[in-house]
Amino acid sequence: MNSSDNSSSQIDADQDPPLVQIEGLTFRRGQKVIFDGLDIDIPRGKVTAIMGPSGTGKTTLLKLIGAQLRPQAGRIRVDGVDIHRLGGRALYRMRRRMGMLFQSSALLTDLDVFENVAFPLRENTRLPGGVLRTLILMKLQAVGLRGARRLTSSELSGGMARRVALARAIALDPMMIMYDEPFTGLDPITLGAIVALIKRLNDGMGLTTVIVSHDVPETLGIADLVYVISQGKVVARGSPETLQQTDSPWVRQFMRGEADGPVPFHYPAPPYLEDLMGDAP
Amino acid sequence: MSLLDGLQSLGHGTLSMLARMGRAGLFLGRLMPSLDMSLRRPGLVVRELYASGVLSFVIVAVSGLFVGMVLGLQGYITLSKFNAVNSLGVVVALSLVRELGPVLTALLFAGRAGSALTAEIGLMKSTEQLSAMEMMAVDPFRRIIGPRFLAAFIAVPLLTLIFDAVGVFGGYLVGVAMLGVDNGLFWSAMHGAVSFRADVLSGLLKSVVFGFVGAWIAVFNGYDAVPNASGVSRATTRTVVNASLAVLGLDFLLTAWLFS
Ligand SMILES: Nc1ncnc2c1ncn2[C@@H]1O[C@H](COP(=O)(O)OP(=O)(O)OP(=O)(O)O)[C@@H](O)[C@H]1O
Ligand SMILES: [Mg+2]
Repeated sequence: MNSSDNSSSQIDADQDPPLVQIEGLTFRRGQKVIFDGLDIDIPRGKVTAIMGPSGTGKTTLLKLIGAQLRPQAGRIRVDGVDIHRLGGRALYRMRRRMGMLFQSSALLTDLDVFENVAFPLRENTRLPGGVLRTLILMKLQAVGLRGARRLTSSELSGGMARRVALARAIALDPMMIMYDEPFTGLDPITLGAIVALIKRLNDGMGLTTVIVSHDVPETLGIADLVYVISQGKVVARGSPETLQQTDSPWVRQFMRGEADGPVPFHYPAPPYLEDLMGDAP
Repeated sequence: MSLLDGLQSLGHGTLSMLARMGRAGLFLGRLMPSLDMSLRRPGLVVRELYASGVLSFVIVAVSGLFVGMVLGLQGYITLSKFNAVNSLGVVVALSLVRELGPVLTALLFAGRAGSALTAEIGLMKSTEQLSAMEMMAVDPFRRIIGPRFLAAFIAVPLLTLIFDAVGVFGGYLVGVAMLGVDNGLFWSAMHGAVSFRADVLSGLLKSVVFGFVGAWIAVFNGYDAVPNASGVSRATTRTVVNASLAVLGLDFLLTAWLFS
């Protein structure tokens, strides 16, 4: 490929419609408004980080993108189609192209490590045994757990389970992977390896990556684009560099991890003293 | 005030029960079409059949033996007053095949396998395993719930047959081996008076109905469980209570319909 090709494809990539377009998303749980007209674009082939304080609805957002939850208003288009309009088989075909790493790992407890990673392949493809085995060993090698393949999921530590779940999320070679808190509970060495793996998957295989996290340095280190959400809205959007230089107090507070600031650390509550003196349950 | 509170909680309870029944209906509507995978991959059903059926085998067989022995003893005491001990085989077999076999097997199954089924599905829900499957493009209804439902549904009539057979043997042990009823008469009277169509098939039909309802209640309560520890434990209890009441209530209706 010569350089003019390269630059034109670069421009094309920028003009490509985003892989995931979220427009005017509104989602409530009972009385509690979780999203209130949220707009987010997730570009193809890039690492997009969605950050925000605990309880803002990051996990909820991923479940909305995966159509496990339905929004009350707004729409989410994945690869051009409104995912909440898809039903049955079409939805499952779409999900086959989306990988998701659950915050709780969500491994299948009656299967061992190998079978957990094999599960999506066995259920969705008809690969012959030898190919299947090779594929799974490659995925396990990538997360450093090839030797642990016969452990059952109850014999894994939290960090190991997270890595198995990661291997499982990439088993079907999806076009997009959504990672829900991929960095929590990992030791520094594993953390470095996982960060590198996520980067490599994204760049090497042309995947689109969505990372939901509140681990600021790791996330900023690999993200191309960062959204900060708080109280149902996007409060900042930009590259990691621009966000670090921002003068928005919201973003500064979050990036530096300060408890005091415009983003509340506390879940909504009546005034502290009043609560202590009162007798509300 | 407390009367109002009572009324309010009664109304609330009724409403939530009605809502749950509605959800159970919708659940069944979603479950039925998703049984296609179980039919295409019978291996899935066989595995669950082992888990729910074979593991209930021992309790069903032992219970059947004791129930048959009690029937033999009670029948002998009553029949001997009328000099009719030769009909002991008939009494034991008819009681088992028509009533006790289907009903007790279904009750035992609800307690042994139904509750385990609810707990398993409820735990899979609360640990997000079902959610994770959906995101892996695997429909938990077809892959998890369908085979379990079908296996439980099949297991109940099979276990009922075992209960009946072991029970008759128990009656034979007590009546013939211990109390000295004539061996030949015991069997020939039974053979003559128990009709395959009217008695055995009707009893089996009952157990098919019980199996369906019991399996439905068990998998529904698991799927409908509040996804945490206390929610799963409440769902497990609810399975045993609901399934037992449903079996006993349906038994009356079915008996009225089949044997009158
Ligand atoms: N099943 C549920 N029922 C009711 N409310 C819920 C439920 N799940 C989450 N919520 C609420 O939705 C809000 C967002 O939850 P969510 O799990 O998406 O947060 P999060 O941003 O992922 O937080 P964290 O960083 O701690 O994982 C929270 O305030 C929570 O109380
Ligand atoms: Mg979360």
